[in-house]
Amino acid sequence: MTEPTQPLFEVFVRAKRGLSHVHVGSVHAPDATMAVRNARDLYTRRQEGVSIWVVEASDITASSPDEKDSFFDPAGDKVYRHPTFYTVPEDVEYL
Amino acid sequence: MYGNDFGDFDDPGAGPLNAADTGEVEAAAAHADRRAELDLSDFDAIIAADQRIEPRDAMPEEYRQTLIRQIAQHAHSEIIGMQPEGNWLTRAPSLRRKAILIAKVQDEAGHGLYLYSAAETLGITREELLDRLHNGKQKYSSIFNYPTLTWADIGAIGWLVDGAAIMNQVPLCRCSYGPYARAMIRTCKEESFHQRQGFEALWDLMRGTEAQQAMAQDAINRWWWPALAMFGPRDTGEHAVKGGHTAQSMAWGIKRFSNDELRQRFVDMTVPQAERLGLKLPDPELKWNEERGHYDFGEIDWDEFWRVLKGDGACNAQRMERRVTSHKQGAWVRDAAAAYAAKSEGRKAAASNEGSAA
Ligand SMILES: [Fe+2]
Ligand SMILES: [Fe+2]
Repeated sequence: MTEPTQPLFEVFVRAKRGLSHVHVGSVHAPDATMAVRNARDLYTRRQEGVSIWVVEASDITASSPDEKDSFFDPAGDKVYRHPTFYTVPEDVEYL
Repeated sequence: MYGNDFGDFDDPGAGPLNAADTGEVEAAAAHADRRAELDLSDFDAIIAADQRIEPRDAMPEEYRQTLIRQIAQHAHSEIIGMQPEGNWLTRAPSLRRKAILIAKVQDEAGHGLYLYSAAETLGITREELLDRLHNGKQKYSSIFNYPTLTWADIGAIGWLVDGAAIMNQVPLCRCSYGPYARAMIRTCKEESFHQRQGFEALWDLMRGTEAQQAMAQDAINRWWWPALAMFGPRDTGEHAVKGGHTAQSMAWGIKRFSNDELRQRFVDMTVPQAERLGLKLPDPELKWNEERGHYDFGEIDWDEFWRVLKGDGACNAQRMERRVTSHKQGAWVRDAAAAYAAKSEGRKAAASNEGSAA
C-alpha cells in the first residue's frame, strides 16, 4: 500500500550574514511551513545556517534540461564584457 | 571537520582517528567539474573523464538500477541502524552520554534522508523506497540484526560499526553519480564524531572497574567479526565469491576499492587503536605481516553472514516489526499534516479569489 506523495521542496541555506543562500538539498513536507522545519532539523543541526528558504521543486523553472546548450551561446563571443579584453599601458595605476 | 574539535577529550593517541579525518573527504568535495568540456549524452566519456553523472544525463538502465538498489539499501541501513542504539537512549549512563547518543541517532536519520533524496533523483519515489524496505524486497546491512546487550555495545558500535561505515563511505564521496557523492560528503563530515564518541565510551570503560573492562571486552568479542563482514563478501583472489558486482561497479566508478581492500585497511587502522584501548580483538590469527606490510587476519564465518542477511539473525524480525509498526503509527500525523496543508491552501485560494473580484 503506497501512500500519496508529500511534495518535494528544494532547500537553500544562508551560512552566515553577508553570504547568499545556497542550495543544500531537498526535503519532503506537506506544506512550506513544515518544509522549513524539516529543513532546519536536517540541514542545520550544527549551526550551518542563519536563514533557510524552501521552494516547491515543481515551481522551479529551469533554463534547459541539460544545463548546457545554445541558450548560453550568445554570451560566448562577447569577450569585451570582461576587463581583461582591454589593452592599456602597464604603468597606469588603479585601472 | 565536524566533531574533530570535540572539547573535553583526553586524547588517547596521535594522528587521524578515522578515515574521515585524512583529508580524502575534502579532496572529494574539491573535485573539479569539467562537464562543460564534454558531450553529456556520452555516458562512457563522462565516466572516462572521472566526471559526475547528473540525474538528467543519459545513463545505461543497469547503472540506474544498480544505483537505486545500492543507495536505497544504504538509506535503509541508516534508518534501521537507529534501532540498536535507540535501545540504550533511556539507559545511557549519564546525561552527557545521553545527549551524545541522541545527537548520533538523529544524524543517522539525517543520513537516511540524504540518501533517500539521492535515490529519488533516479526516478523512484520515497514511498516506493519505504514500501520495498517494509515488504522485504530491499535489504539493509546485516550488522543491525545483532542485539545491543550492554552499554558497552554502544561504544563498540560507534568505534567499529561507524568506523567500518566511514571506511566504506569515504571512497563513495568520489562516486560517479553526483547526488550520491554529495550525500556521502555531507554524511562523512558528520560520521567523524560517531566513531570518536564510541572510542571515547570504550576508553572510559577501560579505565573503569574490572567489571566495566570485562563488559567492554565482551562487546568487542561480539562485534568484531560482524564489523569485518560489513565490507561484504570476498571479491579478490582465489576466494572471490562468484557473481559479485564489484568489477562492474568499479568500471562504472560507483565503487573505488574492492571489499577486501577496504576490509584490510580497516583492520590495519583498528588494531593499533584496540591495543591503545587495551582490548583484545577475538582473532587468534591476527598478526602483523612484515612482508605484506599489513595485518593478517582469520576467515570470517560467511555462513553466518549469509544466514543473517537472509533473515535468520537474532533481531531481523524485531527490527522489521518495529519499523513497520512505527511507520503505521505515524500515519495519522502525516494525514493530519496533509489535511492541514490542503485546508490552508484552500483558504489562500479563497482569499486571492476575493481579492481579484474586488
Ligand atoms: Fe550514518
Ligand atoms: Fe554513523
